[in-house]
Amino acid sequence: MTETTTAPAAPTTVPAPETGTTAPPRRRRRRVTPGRVLAWAVMIIVLLVTLFPFYWMLRTALSSNGALYANSTSLLPVDFSWGGFERVFGLQSTEEAIAQGGSGASIDFWLYLRNSVVVATVVTACQVFFSAMAAYAFSRLRWRWRNAVFAVFLLSLMVPVIFTLLPNFVLVRELGLIDTLLGIMLPGLFMTPFAIFFLRQFFMNVSTEVEEAALIDGASKVRVFFSIIIPMSVGPIATIAILTYIGSWNDYFWPLMVSYTDDSRVLTVALGNFNAQTPQTGPDWAGLMAATLVAALPMILLFVVFARRIVNSIGFSGIK
Amino acid sequence: MAAPSAPPVPTVRGRRSGRRDDTRLALLFILPASIGLLVFYFWPLVRGIWLSFTSWDLLSPAEFVGLDNYREMVADPVFWNAVRVTLLYVVINIGLQTVVALVIAVLMQRLSRSTLLRSLVLAPYLVSNVVAALVFLWILDFQLGIGNQLLEWVGLERIGFFTSETWAIPTIAVVNVWRHMGYTALLIFAGLQAIPPTTYEAARVDGASEVRTFFGITLPLLRPILGLVLIISVIGSFQVFDTVAVTTNGGPVDASRVLQLYIYDKAFGQFDFGYASALSVAMLLILVVVTFFQYRMTRAGQTDLN
Repeated sequence: MTETTTAPAAPTTVPAPETGTTAPPRRRRRRVTPGRVLAWAVMIIVLLVTLFPFYWMLRTALSSNGALYANSTSLLPVDFSWGGFERVFGLQSTEEAIAQGGSGASIDFWLYLRNSVVVATVVTACQVFFSAMAAYAFSRLRWRWRNAVFAVFLLSLMVPVIFTLLPNFVLVRELGLIDTLLGIMLPGLFMTPFAIFFLRQFFMNVSTEVEEAALIDGASKVRVFFSIIIPMSVGPIATIAILTYIGSWNDYFWPLMVSYTDDSRVLTVALGNFNAQTPQTGPDWAGLMAATLVAALPMILLFVVFARRIVNSIGFSGIK
Repeated sequence: MAAPSAPPVPTVRGRRSGRRDDTRLALLFILPASIGLLVFYFWPLVRGIWLSFTSWDLLSPAEFVGLDNYREMVADPVFWNAVRVTLLYVVINIGLQTVVALVIAVLMQRLSRSTLLRSLVLAPYLVSNVVAALVFLWILDFQLGIGNQLLEWVGLERIGFFTSETWAIPTIAVVNVWRHMGYTALLIFAGLQAIPPTTYEAARVDGASEVRTFFGITLPLLRPILGLVLIISVIGSFQVFDTVAVTTNGGPVDASRVLQLYIYDKAFGQFDFGYASALSVAMLLILVVVTFFQYRMTRAGQTDLN
């Protein structure tokens, strides 16, 4: 996406190279002032606060639950054990699990994982594709009511999603889709106003020259969409897809309303229940942290791969 | 550009009409999005408002009751408590989050633009509210939580973060600050990038200190973006639900029963969909009013940059 945003700006910043050549050496010679030391110290504290909970999740997940009660402060895993993860994936027998502090209740983690993957994948694919189609109509096609219809779409930004949940639940119920994955996915399948606006911004910036050339060659507008606009906007499309995927994966309130049984239970809802199924001896913290870690892992992996894209997109999506 | 090639075809109506007017194709392209818009945004809006004038338990047909739900709401102490608790949450959450995010953003801008640093700061945003809530439930556990152990080491008393009436809401507010501060910081960071470096150069030439530069240049020029960020995060903050539902479920007593949780309880605990809808409308009105005043006060729509 940086390509598309910096490209139009390039001609206007012709004098940039000159300042660019003088700035780096100056920057390298920047002195170590007390102010900078203090600033870095604050930054490191921020990072510690940010990252500590992740480490604590891992440390707890790799401890034996029983040992946690005896030694809750050790910075390293206490009485190292894979038990937490084994309970999450149902690799322990019930007796074993109870002996190690688990609830012994069978938790079909793989099923929840599969449900989450299905929901997030289908929602992302449909929502991004349909939003891209609308964004194309609002940016590159010429038609009569374009601005008026776009204004109507703009209005939907002002409808708080949370207000729509209750009536949407009623609708999904009328459609007989309660406790189905389709019921969870349905409201998000078609679009979000945000995705449309986000993509429209980028589609408008795609140079018209290639498009004109293709049209003169006799390509249809549909063809332009699929073989010019989409390939040239892969960056922004990937960005919005990743953001949608993360949002969908992490959603809790809506799936909580719609799903009642394991058939449609997604990871977030299953985890929310975990706390309620506390065994009498006290919570299975090791198992719980192992579960949260496994639930968070796909997003962390996605992030590791696409960090640069996600991080850079947030600024743009916030302003534009 | 099309003008020079026009002479052979004097009227642009004929063969070129395909380029000039794409109405049919456009309608096809916006069809799926329009279904989403009408069925899952506008229809629920209308229906939610209509339901608020009915009494309905999902089983028997909805019965029109006029303003009964609203009369009940005005006299409902739990509702007013929920409003108070939600406001308290929003004030703590937004106050802390904005200051912390601003500090992080300015530090990032002054110290390093490395993607790694920004990625690390953003990391909490990737986990769900549920995961964040569970992790802090563990870290702040009264007996075993490392947070409480730390308090004891420093010589303070242990705190029942999620079990005390005084601490429940501040704790939940801080947990959500943890999850969102990096995201907010990146939004503000992007705003900082938009301030032309020349304004800083000018200040440096004039010998202004870092602090003066911040309050004299950065903050005023950041105002429109800060305003937008505030509006977005306040709207989000009012809708707090996940963290509360997972950690305290509204307790102790009603100390953390935020508005959205009360709505959920009414709808799915007591199957009082009419009343729950009226509560939702109240929430909607609060959001509209708050957003309107925020927009006016921060003048988020105008820039001082030119």
